[in-house]
Amino acid sequence: GCFVFKPSPKKKRMSQKAAIDFRERNNESEDAELRFVTCQSLWNQIKSETEQIQEDLNKQLFDNLVGFLRRSHSERQQKTTEWTCQMKSREIPTAALVLGVNVTDHDLTFKSLSEVLQNNITPYIALLEAKYCAGIKNLMQKLMGQLMNCYIDVDSLEDEDYVHISQNRIRCSMTSLISWYESVTKKIDSETPSKKRTSSSRHWQSPPVVVIFKDMESFTTKVLQDFIVICSQHIRELPLVLIFGIATSPMIIHSLLPHSVSSLLCIELFQSLSCKEHLSTIIDKLLLTAQFPFKLGGKVLQVLINIFLYHDFSVQNFIKGYQLCIVEHFYSQPLSVLCCQLVDAKKRVNSLSHDQCENIRRLPSFRRYVERQVSEKQIALLTADSCLKETTQKLLEDLHVYHENYISVLRCLHVFTSSLPKYPLGKQIRELHCACLEDQVWETEEYESSLQLARMLSKSDLVTMLQQCVEIFVSSSGKEFDKTVEKLKEFLTQFQKLEAEAFQERDVSVSSQKELQKKTDLYHLQKTLLELKESRRSKKLTKFEMLRFEVVDYIDSLVRNYLVPADHKTLHEIVYFNTASVLREHLNAAPRIALHTALNNPYCYLKNQALKSDGGGISNKAPDICIVYRLHLECGRLINLADWLEAFSTVVMAAEGPNADAASSDEVDDIIHARFIRAVSELELLGFIKPSKQKTDHVARLTWGGC
Amino acid sequence: GVKVRKDKTQLTVSVKGFVKKLENISDDETQEILEEKNYVAALGICAQDPMGNGSSVSGGEVYSFQTPKRSSKMSELASELAQTPGQSVAPDQSESLEKTDKTPQSSKSVLMRCLFLLLIHVFSLLLQSKKKELVSTTPYRLRKRLAVPDPCLESESEYSASCSEEEDEEDQKAVSIALSGQKTPGKTKAASTPPPRNTLAKKNEERMNNLVEEYFEAHSSSKVLTSDRTLQKLRKRRLNQQTLHDLLKKAPLAYAAEIKELNQQHESLFSKWMLQLHLGFNIVLYGLGSKHDLLEKFRTSVLQDSVHLVVNGYFPSITVRSILNSITEEVLDHIGTFRSPLDQLGFIIKRFKEDSSLELYVLIHNLDSQMLRGERSQQILAQLSSLPSIYLIASIDHINAPLMWDQAKLSLYNWLWYETTTFSPYVEETSYENSLLVQQSGSLALSSLTHVLRSLTHNARGIFKLLAHYQLENKDNPSYPGLSFQDFYQQCREAFLVNSDLTLRAQLTEFRDHKLIRTKRGADGVEYLLIPVDDNTLTDFLEKEDED
Repeated sequence: GCFVFKPSPKKKRMSQKAAIDFRERNNESEDAELRFVTCQSLWNQIKSETEQIQEDLNKQLFDNLVGFLRRSHSERQQKTTEWTCQMKSREIPTAALVLGVNVTDHDLTFKSLSEVLQNNITPYIALLEAKYCAGIKNLMQKLMGQLMNCYIDVDSLEDEDYVHISQNRIRCSMTSLISWYESVTKKIDSETPSKKRTSSSRHWQSPPVVVIFKDMESFTTKVLQDFIVICSQHIRELPLVLIFGIATSPMIIHSLLPHSVSSLLCIELFQSLSCKEHLSTIIDKLLLTAQFPFKLGGKVLQVLINIFLYHDFSVQNFIKGYQLCIVEHFYSQPLSVLCCQLVDAKKRVNSLSHDQCENIRRLPSFRRYVERQVSEKQIALLTADSCLKETTQKLLEDLHVYHENYISVLRCLHVFTSSLPKYPLGKQIRELHCACLEDQVWETEEYESSLQLARMLSKSDLVTMLQQCVEIFVSSSGKEFDKTVEKLKEFLTQFQKLEAEAFQERDVSVSSQKELQKKTDLYHLQKTLLELKESRRSKKLTKFEMLRFEVVDYIDSLVRNYLVPADHKTLHEIVYFNTASVLREHLNAAPRIALHTALNNPYCYLKNQALKSDGGGISNKAPDICIVYRLHLECGRLINLADWLEAFSTVVMAAEGPNADAASSDEVDDIIHARFIRAVSELELLGFIKPSKQKTDHVARLTWGGC
Repeated sequence: GVKVRKDKTQLTVSVKGFVKKLENISDDETQEILEEKNYVAALGICAQDPMGNGSSVSGGEVYSFQTPKRSSKMSELASELAQTPGQSVAPDQSESLEKTDKTPQSSKSVLMRCLFLLLIHVFSLLLQSKKKELVSTTPYRLRKRLAVPDPCLESESEYSASCSEEEDEEDQKAVSIALSGQKTPGKTKAASTPPPRNTLAKKNEERMNNLVEEYFEAHSSSKVLTSDRTLQKLRKRRLNQQTLHDLLKKAPLAYAAEIKELNQQHESLFSKWMLQLHLGFNIVLYGLGSKHDLLEKFRTSVLQDSVHLVVNGYFPSITVRSILNSITEEVLDHIGTFRSPLDQLGFIIKRFKEDSSLELYVLIHNLDSQMLRGERSQQILAQLSSLPSIYLIASIDHINAPLMWDQAKLSLYNWLWYETTTFSPYVEETSYENSLLVQQSGSLALSSLTHVLRSLTHNARGIFKLLAHYQLENKDNPSYPGLSFQDFYQQCREAFLVNSDLTLRAQLTEFRDHKLIRTKRGADGVEYLLIPVDDNTLTDFLEKEDED
């Protein structure tokens, strides 16, 4: 069933295949090559950025782990004779690494972890997975295989003879592992100091052996118990350190292992960042920054986030989806050549071909822009390329400025909304971002209610928020915010003034209260109380309240100014990727539904009038497999083939019309029979039915439902 | 009197409470539906689709509960489809038919049976007079009866008189529906018009009850509610692979133009696929219809100048081993064997990592086939596909194919999904399948039989032939257990083929090793011998032996 095809060596294609593919469909005038180069460089930038983020996020955790390994090891080195230490020396140092659900991203974490350890602590690391460790024997085999291989990797040049000892020949037992360890450490000791200086400065004389259990929960209890008990017997000869990767909670160690076993471990807990926080950081660094010219539209971002939240919790997949967006955008949008840094984009505008200019004119957002201009300008824009290029440069700059401002104002708004009760606009900044991209956010109910809630904030909250906003605006790259910062600072000073005034006011109220206490007459008391109440009700807003209103109104004006949805902006098509359906189709496909539609409603695919039917049913002229499928829906668990065949032939005969009877009916019958056989075996291939031995000439249905 | 009234009020109160509860339930349900909608909307499924394909179908339609089915429903549907050319089957119509099905008829059944037999008689008379005017409104069953030739009719009527009660009843129903034309439609109408309902709660309750009842009805009995007819009774000869193929060639492919258009749509994606393959994605194709030709076209038009491997997953003897072997032996030109597939995989990964100029395109037709769908093979293929210089493009067909992959494998595969519904027949893919409708030629079994026997002694051949003859003599006996060892020994002795019990046993061991015979212990502990080859092949074999 396998066939290899090799081309003749002459015809081998040159490198840069991807670029060729990219060009193949797009005609030359649309700068395909330049687009491809831009796309690649953008993706490489983003990729390195995400890797950097990942590294930074893991750094803390890894530092802690390395510290733990150092400590556990150095304790062992000091040969104290104290009783407690002797007790302790029976215990295996263990790090419990709580990672949270999701296995796929953890592979990457473990990979970088082992790299870090290899560089800092020890060359002897074994990564174990529950899948391959069904029994203690398999586990030992895996362990020894990895340890000895890693030794070979470290200095394979020097000991050629060692390589030849395959792991099979060594008996898999703890003693052989110990002897191996002794020989290895001795070898390093006896090594010429000049050669091994560098490595021995990194590792100690007897580096620990680190065993990582990737998915601790999936290991069988028996295997874990046995392994731990055996290891604790040999801990003196073999400095082992265990690392458990835990998906649920650290309690699982105690529920998996009985006390007698878990007491052999000296566990320290490490918590990794949850994948949600990881995603937030990624979104923060990738999307909410003006660094990258490429932007995601609201729907697209929504789809990506939903795949993350509802399906896999995998940041890697999120990034993959992001990559797909970039590729798709640069591939399908000829004007994406302008989707680069502003300086380059301006240069590129000047060298646009006439076709590309026409492409710009065809953009809906540009058309709307033209309609708003005076008539002379309109004519110039639509006819003269030079005028168009000039305008495009200006518009691109506008778009750039819009982005810079947008991000700062968005963060500022998030400061306000993220502390409101019930979070009407969402807890995370990504939700706010989506809402703003989707529509004019100030027209939504949620925005209205959050403003109302903001009008009830306390003074201290308000002051801290304002301070945060000032920080955001000061650090932002937007140039228009000098005034805003001033205004906000003014608010802050006003609040401080209020504080001073408040002292005086308090004096006044205290005096009135004193007055109250003076009068003991019941009638007068009632009267004054009523008066007080009256005055309070009709009292004008306090200064603080006025100021609070002012602040909220100011924020509101900022939002209305700067958080205009992107698709209201001219030329947004150049940098925004908006076709969410493509993304969903390729990342979150539903094969079963496609089959269902094809079988139930073939007109969706085959645009033939004969297949068109009202009310969702199928006509009798549908393809054979559709008819057979439709008929089988009427059956229960078992289907009688004879009945099925008869029903099928009735339908087909009727569809072919009365003239079919005139032909030699035997042949027609045979052909129908053959068609039936084909359709049935196709259904079997698709998994709707399977042969059954329960009754002669019956097949079993494998799906429920009949629609 | 007061007390009674009080009770009554209590009762009404409790009823009210119950209704209220139901309303609450329905509210909850609507809430749930709303939530589901939110989720769907959140995923963006409601967004319009450029291809216009069926992603608008909700999951509830595709995955629903099992409901009880009547065996006559299929033929009813068939007749409806036949009667109304070009029109769809209105769902409410079938529902009303179902309802008439359910009306109890046991009281009338005796009368109906008489009527039925009478009718059969009338119809056979009609047939004999060769009056073949078909009225288009006669239901399918009757029409069928009219269409079949006379001897068949005889057996058919005989059969239906003798077969199970249930079958009878159905036929009667069919007749009753057809003949009492004025009566039944009225009844169906009455049954089909839903009685006026006051509250939503009530409706909901009814629906719930129906659902529950239907569920338990469907699961209550293991009895199979299908008719007992077999293909043999239809006098259809079993077609073999060749004749099937020839016959299908004669039948024109329906909607060829539209299918071609679909294919052209897919072919326009080729360069995009190549781009995405090079960027580190792998591509999986799904959708109804064979994707073999599409992939083949992809191969010939785009991959001509590069090294590529085509794997026919539908091939019944394909294994991961053979895929790995063809990579190591033919692509990497490595001579030598490996201890395990994992070793081999490790070797391949190492080679591809070392040599960055190595590139390989892998096309797998039917990645979800029987042989490749196992966990281990998928794991290996996934690891293979995760290599940056191996580009995988595969097709899947089975409805449950995506269940093969867990998150770990999915992230290794790094799929981009493409819907390529082609509607073209699965010619290659089904030709290997041991379809129950296709007669196995048995040529393979025959040749192996002759080959093995040719290497045996004359006496051994005689022993086997003896057993074969005996089996053929008993071929009409459905409960034939096989030849008992003692009888067999006796017969062999009489034919001077063996001289002792032991020689026969030694001989039988030889047969058993070549899978020529099977032994079975009967209820009485006696050993029975059988040749596990079908009768036709055995006859052929004996004829051939006699010729030699």
